[in-house]
Amino acid sequence: MPIITSSKTQPEYDVAIVGSGAGGGQMAFTLTLGGLKCVMLEAGRNYDPATETPMFQTKAQGPLQASRTEDKPFGFYDATVDGGWQVPNEPYTQASDKPEEQFAWWRARMLGGRTNHWGRISLRNGPYDFKPKSRDGLGFDWPISYEDVADYYTKAEMLIGVYGTNTGMENTPSSPDGVLLPPPKGRASELVTQKYAKKVGVPVVPIHRAVLTKPLDWQNIPAKLHPGNAWAQKIVGDSMLQRAACFWATECGRGCSIRANYQSTTVHLPPALATGNLDIVPNAHVREITLGPDGKANGVIYIDKTTGQEARIKAKAVVLAASSGETVRILLNSKSNAFPDGLANRSGLVGKYLMDTIGTGVSGQVPLLENVPPHNEDGAGGSHFYAPWWLYGEQKAGRMDFPRGYHIEMGGSRGMPGGSNPLPDDLGRGAYGRKFKEEARRYYGSFVGYSCRGEMIPNEDCYCDLDPVVKDKWGIPVLRFHWKWAEHELKQVQHAQRTFVAMIEAMGGTVRSRLEADPLKYIENGGKIIHEVGGALMGEAAEKSVCNQWNQTWDVKNLFLCDGTPFPSNADKNPTLTIMALAWRAGDHLLEQARQGNL
Amino acid sequence: MTTAAALSTGAAIDLPSVSYGQVKQGAAKPYGTDPDLQKVYRPGDLWPLTFDARQIKAAGALADVILPADDLGPAASTLGVVDMLDEWVSAPYDTQQKDRPIILDGLAWIDAESRKRYQKDFADLPESGKTAICDVICDPAKADKEFRTAARFFSKFRALCAGAYYATPDGWKALGYVGNVALASFDGPPPEVLAQLGVEQTVV
Repeated sequence: MPIITSSKTQPEYDVAIVGSGAGGGQMAFTLTLGGLKCVMLEAGRNYDPATETPMFQTKAQGPLQASRTEDKPFGFYDATVDGGWQVPNEPYTQASDKPEEQFAWWRARMLGGRTNHWGRISLRNGPYDFKPKSRDGLGFDWPISYEDVADYYTKAEMLIGVYGTNTGMENTPSSPDGVLLPPPKGRASELVTQKYAKKVGVPVVPIHRAVLTKPLDWQNIPAKLHPGNAWAQKIVGDSMLQRAACFWATECGRGCSIRANYQSTTVHLPPALATGNLDIVPNAHVREITLGPDGKANGVIYIDKTTGQEARIKAKAVVLAASSGETVRILLNSKSNAFPDGLANRSGLVGKYLMDTIGTGVSGQVPLLENVPPHNEDGAGGSHFYAPWWLYGEQKAGRMDFPRGYHIEMGGSRGMPGGSNPLPDDLGRGAYGRKFKEEARRYYGSFVGYSCRGEMIPNEDCYCDLDPVVKDKWGIPVLRFHWKWAEHELKQVQHAQRTFVAMIEAMGGTVRSRLEADPLKYIENGGKIIHEVGGALMGEAAEKSVCNQWNQTWDVKNLFLCDGTPFPSNADKNPTLTIMALAWRAGDHLLEQARQGNL
Repeated sequence: MTTAAALSTGAAIDLPSVSYGQVKQGAAKPYGTDPDLQKVYRPGDLWPLTFDARQIKAAGALADVILPADDLGPAASTLGVVDMLDEWVSAPYDTQQKDRPIILDGLAWIDAESRKRYQKDFADLPESGKTAICDVICDPAKADKEFRTAARFFSKFRALCAGAYYATPDGWKALGYVGNVALASFDGPPPEVLAQLGVEQTVV
């Protein structure tokens, strides 16, 4: 079974999976290796990282020195195909005109979705992160604890390959010995940050990212992932063998033709396809889930974008993993007599409690980093260090004015130049000729930037519903976003801004960002961190949540939501690894149901 | 953007500079959301260029005053910087469309100023003439009122030249970027860098 067109689909599948990113990819992997016949529907085109990734292209070889444009908002060489803050023919709307109440929705219409360009930061949620309400009375607890997910985090880390170290820091879980790959060496700016941040109490440690710093142990890992299943072990081992270790060049955001980092298209989908149990239909824009007379989902209706024609897939179970926004949209558009307000929405909670990560940043210039002898700092194509949230004790003692934490991501500046002026006007004042070239060289590598990635608390004002009027090109109602930050988030970014200024000053540097007094001016808009989760929370009871602890909707037993939608909270930890761990867990549950004949 | 506004424009929300499929000038078409990322692009491949012979001459001369040949690297005009500038001002995107009149007006100004002072085009001046003109416009904070617009042009032109120059492998060398090559291992900063910074490698 391969990548096919809609005319080649089978009469019926065990499971239809909508979406091909981290959640859909993981479900396809788990279910097909478990023996189920699956079809995956992807709204974008087929995409092959082995042949399409611009690995060594210089910026001078791209148009406009590969700088960002409306067509490629993260730069020309960003892996994203047919995506961005806007997608042609697929609008979305905002309930408010106010700049601070906008939600920015990044989509990627391509096989593998956003996993092709993501930051590869792979952090486990900690024990506190599953029980936040029990700790501070705000938001919601998860119906599961860290212990319920720990083994799945381990499996996901072993499969995708994650570098990092166990720090033993509070609420920052360690992986079992031997699971993490070796962390890369610190770069100049990272080591300087680490030394001086310590003086203001900020602990900087190696980050966890899904990049192979050495080849995966393809001979031993498969047996740990699929005990007792020699067939699955062979397929997974063969796929691991095809992945090369990082060769320390090119940014991960371009994707990776040698499969050294995780993207669904290089890690999840090849072994799933190798089982012979998976059909993938690209260009399949899903409109709704169909419901049988028995109250179970029985398939999917989609638009074949290549012909504009409507098509149907029949399946015994359905997995939605289309991203929080798109999954909510499909549910709300799946109306029937049994579900007049949208499928699996008897609670009325579909679309509610949408969350993103809290973001803000401050940049600076550090004289200590001027005139550093040239050396190669490409490294692992992304960050090597970060600072996990370090003030749990202060919060517990009641000495902080906001309840949840943030981690700090950081960037230096010895990356590949081009497309922008390396010498800002205020530093190169009046310089031209030899003087300009000397000054540019002097300052190159001396700029640093720090970003807050923090936990927002789900609130009543952040949600999405269907726009009553606007439809997409195919006549399908589109999402309308509602967004409002609460005091918790604004207090957090104020703290982050003060912290970053203190860090830069501790390094003897100068802040370069314009520091606004009003936090609404410097908190990133909702959606901008591209960590959209929530919208169909999991919980203990059907009246207060959409899913149970298995990502399974309460109202429709054979419908599983395997992206970020079931998250009842959005820890500061980047959500992708948790999406995979939960999808794997849900997939095992679905397989068990199938074994018992409950599909 | 509210529902009504979305309907009227067909766009979705008001994030910075969104204009899918809009052709902003002449025959220039955006490269779209699915361009070939493998191809090596040359200025002119995607949209027609703008500069005439005189503009090419003026832009090359000014680029070489800003980024001359020296022991750090070759002159800007030998690295294709003028073509890249031409591609930039000819592009159908918002940022580039805003830069276009600044650059085109500025190139016209610098030749006019040169003829006014020396009865020659800027490119035909000796170094002393070129620097005499550049000196009055190179710093917007110090430029006389009558040269403010020209000074803004100079800053923009310098920034665009640098963005192009340092995008090339010769530019990397001039700046001190080392990379974009496959390595067997990543060893972090060498000992002399660690010593200069007063730090130790903490990942062993």
